[in-house]
Amino acid sequence: MSADKDRWIHTPPRESATFDRHTIAEIHRAAATGIYDIRGFGAKRKLPHFDDLLFLGASISRYPLEGYREKCGTNVVLGTRYAKTPIEIKIPITIAGMSFGSLSAPAKEALGRGASAAGTSTTTGDGGMTEEERAASTLLVYQYLPSRYGMDPDQIRKADAIEIVIGQGAKPGGGGMLLGQKISDRVAKMRTLPAGIDQRSACRHPDWTGPDDLEIKILELREITKWEKPIYVKVGAARPYYDTALAVKAGADVVVLDGMQGGTAATQDVFIEHCGLPTLAAIRPAVKALTELDMHRKVQLIVSGGIRNGADVAKALALGADAVSIGTAALIALGDNHPRWEEEYAKIGTTAGCFDDWHEGRDPAGITTQDPELTKRLDPVEGGRRLANFLSVMTLECQTIARANGKSHVHNLEPEDLVALTIEAAAMAQVPLAGTDWIPGANSR
Amino acid sequence: MTASNPKSTPTADGKRNTTLDLAASSLRDINEILQSAEGGEFRVVNPRGAHALAAGLEGDVDVTIDGHVGYYCGGMNKKARISINGNAGTGVAENMMSGRVHVRGDASQSAGATGCGGLLVIDGNASARLGISLRGLDIVVRGSIGHMAAFMAQAGNIVVLGDAGEALGDSIYEARLYVRGKVASLGADCVQKEMRDEHRRDLRRLLDAAGCGPEVLVDDFKRYGSARRLYHFHIDNIGSY
Repeated sequence: MSADKDRWIHTPPRESATFDRHTIAEIHRAAATGIYDIRGFGAKRKLPHFDDLLFLGASISRYPLEGYREKCGTNVVLGTRYAKTPIEIKIPITIAGMSFGSLSAPAKEALGRGASAAGTSTTTGDGGMTEEERAASTLLVYQYLPSRYGMDPDQIRKADAIEIVIGQGAKPGGGGMLLGQKISDRVAKMRTLPAGIDQRSACRHPDWTGPDDLEIKILELREITKWEKPIYVKVGAARPYYDTALAVKAGADVVVLDGMQGGTAATQDVFIEHCGLPTLAAIRPAVKALTELDMHRKVQLIVSGGIRNGADVAKALALGADAVSIGTAALIALGDNHPRWEEEYAKIGTTAGCFDDWHEGRDPAGITTQDPELTKRLDPVEGGRRLANFLSVMTLECQTIARANGKSHVHNLEPEDLVALTIEAAAMAQVPLAGTDWIPGANSR
Repeated sequence: MTASNPKSTPTADGKRNTTLDLAASSLRDINEILQSAEGGEFRVVNPRGAHALAAGLEGDVDVTIDGHVGYYCGGMNKKARISINGNAGTGVAENMMSGRVHVRGDASQSAGATGCGGLLVIDGNASARLGISLRGLDIVVRGSIGHMAAFMAQAGNIVVLGDAGEALGDSIYEARLYVRGKVASLGADCVQKEMRDEHRRDLRRLLDAAGCGPEVLVDDFKRYGSARRLYHFHIDNIGSY
């Protein structure tokens, strides 16, 4: 009787929706340290995403294609606008730019091996190109970044394409900081800085400002590479309609659009979670800009930020992308956050599935580290095989969906194949809410 | 690929001296000739402010440009010796790897940005962000320079015979700065440093290489560089950011 009576006197503990446990813990952490939280990975908050879209599949008006029998093409040609030597990838999935420095040398090699086995490209990052990466990558895109760490015209000439990085989805408008504990002698030498110091990566390019200057910068890069190589322009998803239009105006062959779920090696948590657009919201404005300029499929669009499986790939392509790019998912395929390291994750205060302190250089999986002992844990051959497997699965999944929607090439997927599960996703993707013909915000920019 | 009407005449030492006319040939054609040359002397006439002129050169060539040039002249240069008889636009000799670029007039913003090696000489003044993110290139400016010079400069030397604008050497790493005139202000983590004999020798070498005569005295310069207080992010330095 007494216990039953108490039940009506004391309400059960109730967590605040506003001040939830994570928020309270962060206030405690900030109060104790006086500094914001820095971490890797991408946005972790729940966002409207590809999961909020569904494909309709075939029906009386749409013929499906036979699985395992009828061909469904997946190749993509990038750089057809101006480059004398466009590159062709066999699958519509590329590996995003990640630096040697933030990643170990074996990890970079594994990315190259996996991408090459799957017939696609990988991408350098801050600090320039390593020999292992070039040797392991059949198709290698050279990132031209604001910091210009390691920038060498000979490396540009060795690359298969050039990607001018304006920003990235995890932190549009932000630079970077590679903390001293990851600055080995080799990383320091490549970046012309003393070993062991924090290395700031600039947020703006040092020798150009604005779209008119960008046009001249692209001209210079084309002149230096004899107009042979495709030139990409990568932007974080902020103002995708205008940024895409300006990139086209500046002369880009390819636009890379990175949504806020895109990963980063190290950035303030507040930046990752509170800046930029979700990938889902960024694609249609970019495609609209390309279409209005009569450049859709002439200037290729690569979308990245939270691509995890073949369904995400298919949905991005249906919304108008020519290809997608993966970074975080590729690292996970190599072994990041794998349960086999659970005991060691626990020692550094985290658990498999939540590890995001990529900047600290203590990665048990040997991927986001320069520690000589930890880096040995990743076998680049085995890592490359795992990545190639993952890319193969994603491609097969994408083809499965494309065939079910009657497409003989993944590029034939279209917005009309999609519906949305939420009003927000319907508005962002500009497809009807499931079971209705209502597209919220249709005919607005 | 050849430029239309390139005029080539023998020089006294037997090298070919080729004249390239940007009024008659395209930028691509002229750059192709310069980029493909392993040696020789070239004179480019009627540059008319062209961008990316003589960018990406790799040969042991001498190039003289008669007139003003636009952005990125001599960009990413290796080995070549480029002389500009005029003013230069933004980013002259940006990311230069080796060789020599000489601007006889003034230079616009970001001259020598991210340069890795070689020598950039500017006879006139240079605008903002000279030597930004410098990585080993040496720069000598006979005139004055604008604001934010040597921002985040990592390695290399900058010598200024005139004055320097505001925020000189902001967030500088290991580059060395020598200024003869006034410095409007120093940027975050940039301080005046002792001029030791090694620095005097180095400065003299740079002045000689730039063609400055003995009347330019090393002892008239002051040296600036990094206090190295911001090399590791620390909350106590937050006021500097």
